[in-house]
Amino acid sequence: MTKFALSPDREKHVEEILSRYPNRQAACIPVLHLCQEQNGWISDEVVEWVAARLGLSAAHVKGVVTFYTLFNKEPVGKHQVWVCRTLSCALRGADDILHHCEKRLGIHVGQTTKDGKVTLRTAECLASCGTAPMIQVDKDYYENLTTAEVDRILDRLIK
Amino acid sequence: MLRQTTYLTKRYGVPEGWTLPVYERDGGYQQAKRALSMPREALVEEMKAANIRGRGGAGFPMGVKWSFMPWPPKPEKPHYLVINADEGEPGTFKDRTIMELDPHAVVEGCIIGCFGIGAHAAYIYVRDELHLSKARLWGAIKEAREKGYLGAKPFGIDYPVEVYVHTGAGAYICGEETSLLNSLEGKRGEPRLKPPFPAQAGAFGMPTTVNNLETIAAVPVALAMGGDAFSKLSDLHDQKDGGCRLYGVSGHVNTPGVFEACVGLTLRELIYDLGGGVKGGELLGVIPGGSSCPILRPDEVVNAPDPKSPLHRWHGKNVLDVPMGVETYRALGTMLGTCCAIVLNKNTDIVLAMHNLMRFYRHESCGQCTPCREGSAWLFRILDRMVHGEATMEELDRLHEIADNIMGNTICAFGEGTAMPALGFLRKYRKEFEEHVRTKGKSGTGRLAL
Repeated sequence: MTKFALSPDREKHVEEILSRYPNRQAACIPVLHLCQEQNGWISDEVVEWVAARLGLSAAHVKGVVTFYTLFNKEPVGKHQVWVCRTLSCALRGADDILHHCEKRLGIHVGQTTKDGKVTLRTAECLASCGTAPMIQVDKDYYENLTTAEVDRILDRLIK
Repeated sequence: MLRQTTYLTKRYGVPEGWTLPVYERDGGYQQAKRALSMPREALVEEMKAANIRGRGGAGFPMGVKWSFMPWPPKPEKPHYLVINADEGEPGTFKDRTIMELDPHAVVEGCIIGCFGIGAHAAYIYVRDELHLSKARLWGAIKEAREKGYLGAKPFGIDYPVEVYVHTGAGAYICGEETSLLNSLEGKRGEPRLKPPFPAQAGAFGMPTTVNNLETIAAVPVALAMGGDAFSKLSDLHDQKDGGCRLYGVSGHVNTPGVFEACVGLTLRELIYDLGGGVKGGELLGVIPGGSSCPILRPDEVVNAPDPKSPLHRWHGKNVLDVPMGVETYRALGTMLGTCCAIVLNKNTDIVLAMHNLMRFYRHESCGQCTPCREGSAWLFRILDRMVHGEATMEELDRLHEIADNIMGNTICAFGEGTAMPALGFLRKYRKEFEEHVRTKGKSGTGRLAL
């Protein structure tokens, strides 16, 4: 097992996060986000580390990780492309956007490109219904999309 | 009646509208300063008079909720204010605009709210995907703290207030208030049994008020105007549904977006005047306030002969001409929800629309209660068969039975939020569903997009 530890910068951030709450458990989700930012996904080593750092059981932390969709339970690509497919987006062409992404990247939903650059996923409502269809790439929203614009976005990621 | 206002959206589109100098130029933080020198009872009474109905979907009167907090606060039991910004109800995209474009209104609302309920800390629970919203809120908090509006002595008054942003990690259910509290405490976001209600034992087991983000952002406006005057902006002031609010419209309309108007706007005005009309032809149906609200058909007529009904004034009129209010919509058999409508035109395959939403509910059920976990999955599985032309009439009837078995049998309202819209689709479009089953799917357009 490779040992996991947060970088000193992020470790400082943990102290600040802890100061916001009356107990250490409440920092669980924010600290897991920090770990995922560094590690890309939440491995069992990360779970152990978070549990020890916050004084929680590993079972509790694992339970939290598996409850929330944004914690990656396995390694993912360098970039994550989320296509919103819930009703408002679907009414404005989300299915076409999704198929276009699959074709362009040569992968199906849930898969990562062979070079490890992009993971394609679907998302449920991302609160961008008035500017549908939309995709989220890592932390950024791209709204009111056409397939031509999707091409431009994906090209930047895979080149 | 359509009366557009700019109380909540004044800084939308203003360059740097999310920064403190712009907010203060518009008189920002004056109300927080004033509130901290008011007697607490007077503040709560003012808020009760404003008749702000919760903007998150349930429509509970905000001032009344504040008054449920135990008083006076005990030193060993600190109170908390928690703001629900886990915006994830399909079709809803209004809170995000406030966080991105006017975050200081939220922070000022939090200061007033903390004082109103006897809290010294507020947590704004934002869904993790909204990175810009979180950044803007943290930015506003930092600016307010540097100016001395937050911290140990806001405005020099001895009433410490801190505001924090807390993020989830992708779970629709965390928009349910007790689930949100569990998530805030670093646990799995599973709803809690009520009672105890959050006002008795909420965040960290302490008395807590949970308000929607738009609700709290309306507080400074309501206080500046005076509770009664704010309430009277509304056409439904007599039904204790006051003020102005944000309306959203998405789907098959020409100009989707978020608009601010006085309470009492009708769906027809939202779709045709603000939304620019139905895109590509006639209207098939409208989901009025987020996907958990049962769908309305454009040919429905109000039947309310009883003079005591909140709908009586509109007896015999088309449902699209009923003012959108908490009581009026409840009486219509649907819900006002978040006031963000999804519009479907005649070319929409109604079976696919329901299939899309039931996939959402199956994905988002937290799995705690069997009727919801299994029921939402069965609803989706049968609809999936139907979409592929494999379902029988018996299975169509079974959808009703499954939905009925979810209703009232779960810890939280997610169960009803799944079953009610499901039954709405099935009852109002029975003919289309039967036709779809009979023709093995050939009767539908097979399309959601135009």
